[in-house]
Amino acid sequence: MSKDILVGDHFLSGDVAAAEGAIAAGCRFFAGYPITPSSEVAERMARRLPEVGGIFIQMEDELASMAAILGASWGGRKAMTATSGPGFSLMMENYGLGIMTETPVVIVNVQRAGPSTGLPTLLGQGDVMQARWGTHGSYQAIALSPESPQECFDMTIKAFNLAERFRQPVILLMDESVGHLFERVTIPPKEEIEIVNRKILKDKNRKIYEPDEDLVPPMPPIGEGFGIHVTGLTHDERGYPSINAETQERMIGRINDKIRKYADEIVDYEEFMVDDAEVIVVAYGITARSARRAVIMARENGIKAGLFRLKVIWPFPSKRLEELSDREFVVAEVNNGQALVEVERAIKKRAVFVGKMGGEPHKPQEILKGIEEAVK
Amino acid sequence: MSIIKADTHPLDRYLRTERLPHVWCPGCGIGTVLGAYLRAMEKIGMDPEKSIMVSGIGCTGRAAGYVRMDSFHTTHGRAIPFAVGLKAARPDLNVTVFSGDGDLFAIGGNHIIHAARRNANITVVAINNFTYGMTGGQLAPTTPETGITTTSPYGNVESPFNLAGLIAVAGASYVARWTSLHVRRLEKSLEKALKKRGFSFVEVLSQCPTAYGRRNRMRDPVDTLKYFQKYAVVKNHVNPLEGVIEPNKPFVVGEFLDAPEEPTFEDKLWELTKAEFLHTSQAERSEWIIEHRRHLEVLSRIISGKGGEE
Amino acid sequence: MATESNTEKLLERSGLSLPRGEVYLIEDRCKGCGLCIAFCPKHVLVVSDKFNKKGYHPPELVEEEPVNVCINCGFCERICPEFAIFVKEKKEE
Repeated sequence: MSKDILVGDHFLSGDVAAAEGAIAAGCRFFAGYPITPSSEVAERMARRLPEVGGIFIQMEDELASMAAILGASWGGRKAMTATSGPGFSLMMENYGLGIMTETPVVIVNVQRAGPSTGLPTLLGQGDVMQARWGTHGSYQAIALSPESPQECFDMTIKAFNLAERFRQPVILLMDESVGHLFERVTIPPKEEIEIVNRKILKDKNRKIYEPDEDLVPPMPPIGEGFGIHVTGLTHDERGYPSINAETQERMIGRINDKIRKYADEIVDYEEFMVDDAEVIVVAYGITARSARRAVIMARENGIKAGLFRLKVIWPFPSKRLEELSDREFVVAEVNNGQALVEVERAIKKRAVFVGKMGGEPHKPQEILKGIEEAVK
Repeated sequence: MSIIKADTHPLDRYLRTERLPHVWCPGCGIGTVLGAYLRAMEKIGMDPEKSIMVSGIGCTGRAAGYVRMDSFHTTHGRAIPFAVGLKAARPDLNVTVFSGDGDLFAIGGNHIIHAARRNANITVVAINNFTYGMTGGQLAPTTPETGITTTSPYGNVESPFNLAGLIAVAGASYVARWTSLHVRRLEKSLEKALKKRGFSFVEVLSQCPTAYGRRNRMRDPVDTLKYFQKYAVVKNHVNPLEGVIEPNKPFVVGEFLDAPEEPTFEDKLWELTKAEFLHTSQAERSEWIIEHRRHLEVLSRIISGKGGEE
Repeated sequence: MATESNTEKLLERSGLSLPRGEVYLIEDRCKGCGLCIAFCPKHVLVVSDKFNKKGYHPPELVEEEPVNVCINCGFCERICPEFAIFVKEKKEE
């Protein structure tokens, strides 16, 4: 049996499932720094990558980890790192470099409660806005949020596919509870896994940042005489620094537009009992699991409730939420209201907020109370 | 006879000539060092198509933008980890980090000592101009004591890093220090550094007339070079502890360390990916890993004054 | 004033001559820093009066046969930060 895809049913934690998803997606380079609750991703990669011809490096810190995966990606390898809040903060600088230089990589952030060191071993979902706006400048983020180990596997593959397609770092925004949750994970055979690979530039005379129709430029290989120059400075199509407003408008406009243009294709959500619902709970990650239970309990109590689960957090599914805006809304998340801001912006009214500062997931009863308040 | 007008320079095939003249100030030594680097490359026949230059941020960080090879101008301080990742992914390519003292030793200080410790097979050229030139001449971790900068207007009260000494003890395989005046010996050192399998490091003291010299009685670039001429003492197998640079005192230049070659970081990483290696016993693997770590042996011979030869 | 060094006397006595060089300049790359002038071992370069495109004074060559002449040592080429000046061996005519 091939070692890269461990076909079959396994009992895995979310962290380990994410690592297996990466390997199945073709990830052959990992650089990271230990941090709870994401260390199991690195540990699994350290054991597994050599078996499949991949390279694992434990770097000196998260700044280095992020830089190293960008270097490896330019070296032609699919590359990933994994971290949690404090490390995610340190990675923001080179996350920006990845956006600016259009480098496909995947960053796994297993969220814990913050700010700062916060609750290293306990749940938080407070990095939603950081995943959107964490590095400076104007850009579009892509972030996915799994609710189960199975989704950790599936969505890591999807994260790589999106990264490769759009040439941009993609964030897998897990949380501690999902990361440490053990469940059955079914790994399908290779032929059932869709894999997207970056477009490779072949024409040496073409400017390296000249985009195709989809606004994504094919990625030049290195060591083959292209003589490319890649910089974090604002650059023109040749890749050369061009420090002026006109280039900024054109080039940064494009790296935003390449995501915006296809946002509808990237957006992904699950609607559970939403059709006839008078009140909709918006949740993601581990919170969605409590919310699902709360929705069932509400239905048992005669309230027509539904769950709108964000599978992709960024880009945000504003269009669909706007279509549903004639219903009442509850937003549940383990922070002080981050997705809440986007939901209210989409539905153009207030939602009932059921937040927690972190440390434990919601009890379904807590969300149920929010549902009852919304229909009052 | 008068000067003959020319349109092309012998190094032009290594340069993105369409981007010249470069951004560096008149009399800045970075162009000189870049020239030495390209001559060394040419001398040893290093294929520019298989060579990568990675830079960080700052004046020297702009070097990557002028060489006609695949080049990366990364973030401040992170050229080394970017290069470490790239080299590990692509050990078939020659990877050089070309950057400045502030980039490599202040904001990037942690990365460079770890890359040296791992014996990553990259070459690092560190141009040490004692200051942050790009931002207007602030205090650097290399500014000599008493040095005047915009953020040490009363004179630097900190002790500077001894870059070559630091990297020699951190685990590098080859370490040398020259100045922008010692262009021929620098070239020779760069040839050795580029050929060396393992972490090689060449520090080049260089003039910054605009941001540092101007404030420290070396307004003309020639003044700094005359200073180097007066105080540089050429020595080999330099005890890393002797690498300290103090103002208006002799300082050593030369080869600090030329350790015997041994498996590099990348050799070890790739060895791990071989099935036969993974299936050997832990004891056999340990033996392979520790077989050749002779850097410390050489270093201790140098420190105890027994010379750096085997 | 041209003065002969011991090396040159020695070379002459043994019937040898120093190599001769031709100096080339890409004038518009020059930033007039003067390093080539200051460190030419034969002092055959001086600041010229003319301006290049960028407004700098490029060097000019002032050879005095037979001693103060370019010996093709290549130091100007190596010290020049601008890839502007270089030398080639002068072929015997």
